[in-house]
Amino acid sequence: MKLYGKFFMIHLKSIMEYKTSFILTCIGQFLVSFNVFLGMYFMFQRFSNVEGFTYNEVLLCFGITLMEFSLAESFARGFDNFPSIIKSGEFDRIMVRPRNEILQVLGSRVEFSRIGRILQAVVMFCYGFAVSGIQWTWGKIITVIFMLIGGTAVFSGLFLIYASICFFTLEGLEFMNIFTDGAKEYGKYPVSIYGRTVFWLCTFVVPYALIQYYPLLSLLGRGKPSYSLLPLAACLFLVPCLFLWKMGVRHYGSAGS
Amino acid sequence: MITLTHVCKTYKVSKRDAGFSSAFKALFHKEYEYVTALDDVSFTISDGEMVGYIGPNGAGKSSTIKILSGILTPEKGTCLINGLIPWKNRIEHVKNIGVVFGQRTQLWWDVPVLDSFELLKEIYRIDGHAYRQNLEQLSEMLNLSGLLKMPVRQLSLGQRMRCEIAASLLHSPKILFLDEPTIGLDAVSKLAVRDFVLKLNKEKNTTVILTTHDMQDIEALTNRIILIGKGRLLLDGTINDIKDGYDSTEEALAAFYRRHNI
Repeated sequence: MKLYGKFFMIHLKSIMEYKTSFILTCIGQFLVSFNVFLGMYFMFQRFSNVEGFTYNEVLLCFGITLMEFSLAESFARGFDNFPSIIKSGEFDRIMVRPRNEILQVLGSRVEFSRIGRILQAVVMFCYGFAVSGIQWTWGKIITVIFMLIGGTAVFSGLFLIYASICFFTLEGLEFMNIFTDGAKEYGKYPVSIYGRTVFWLCTFVVPYALIQYYPLLSLLGRGKPSYSLLPLAACLFLVPCLFLWKMGVRHYGSAGS
Repeated sequence: MITLTHVCKTYKVSKRDAGFSSAFKALFHKEYEYVTALDDVSFTISDGEMVGYIGPNGAGKSSTIKILSGILTPEKGTCLINGLIPWKNRIEHVKNIGVVFGQRTQLWWDVPVLDSFELLKEIYRIDGHAYRQNLEQLSEMLNLSGLLKMPVRQLSLGQRMRCEIAASLLHSPKILFLDEPTIGLDAVSKLAVRDFVLKLNKEKNTTVILTTHDMQDIEALTNRIILIGKGRLLLDGTINDIKDGYDSTEEALAAFYRRHNI
């Protein structure tokens, strides 16, 4: 953790060399995500509910998902640049240093421009809370914390898979965005509205439902209390991801001279 | 002590002809070719030795360095460095080695050199006292005092290379791998680097393995050379073994390459 802090500092120092660019990207990021919110707002002007969820409930769902994604993103987006780390041979350097590879990859890029997006997530998150009309109890607050932990784990896992695939091929990785950025977009609404097949996939393959739909029901007082614990089960998703990563490192072929 | 026994490494390379139609074909059916980078290579290097590792481009020099430093896993053969297998005990192993890739930087581009060093201190968990002592010694030997506060992107190649070498020695490794350390350097910087490596070997008894295409590097630094071509070990001896009547080592080496058809 201390090392991650050091990495963080060195990126902060680098960023400060290019001030204007930093501020502009922050603003840009904020505006883009804000559009999504407007889109939802206008839609609900016409329909008052989706599959039994009211506007405010959906807003809470969106706020939480966005928060999960932003947290994962600011931690694990080092993986986003992983193809270029492999191509440039920077990974060789990582391998000759006596620290965990994942930590070093995470530390290789820290995206401060995501601050805009995090800010927006925080705003949505708080707004969703305020309008949800839920009677907050300790149990429910803990559920939300579990959701954040589980969600960050799932999204980080997805980024890790994305990076692991780079060990095998550097082409056609765009499809992974369906699962990461795509999930964030679809995560605006509780996954049950997308039909049975998607719902099944989201429960057993990539456990979005466990971090979003089920605990949400529990928050709204419609599901079993045990649903609150499901986000923690979603953390298990990281296990196969880490396994894939280990396999990738062994398969690593390096590049150039 | 470094021992390498019967190490083999092959790469799978996809190949296709140039042009759009073959690019399109490759979408559906990719053809692969197996390229042998290392073929049954064995050698032993004892502590404190300086060895020149040479061979033409694509001979497998870098692959060997990468295996020795734990980056690559070979298909066959074993490698033991001070009792550790590099790719299995990676973290333990790399604490004791320093690696300089001449063509890549390990310093952070936008910040002063000293900031990079501080981060390395953290990565290698060097204690404060040893760090200060090493830094002082290295900056004196490599004449870095004026450079440490400059951002890396503003250094010249020669200045940067000196910083790179210092960076890979901060944790006082027992073995130093230098992969083309003098590539692109001017005469003065080259001499400075050579002098330093000699001194390091003499004073700290650091084992140095050097790959280069510059025969003067070899002549100035090493007694022993290991020569590989097309992944095979061709010669393990001294520079005189290839000289063979030629005046210039460069020509002798070229003749040697031709003779072995590599």
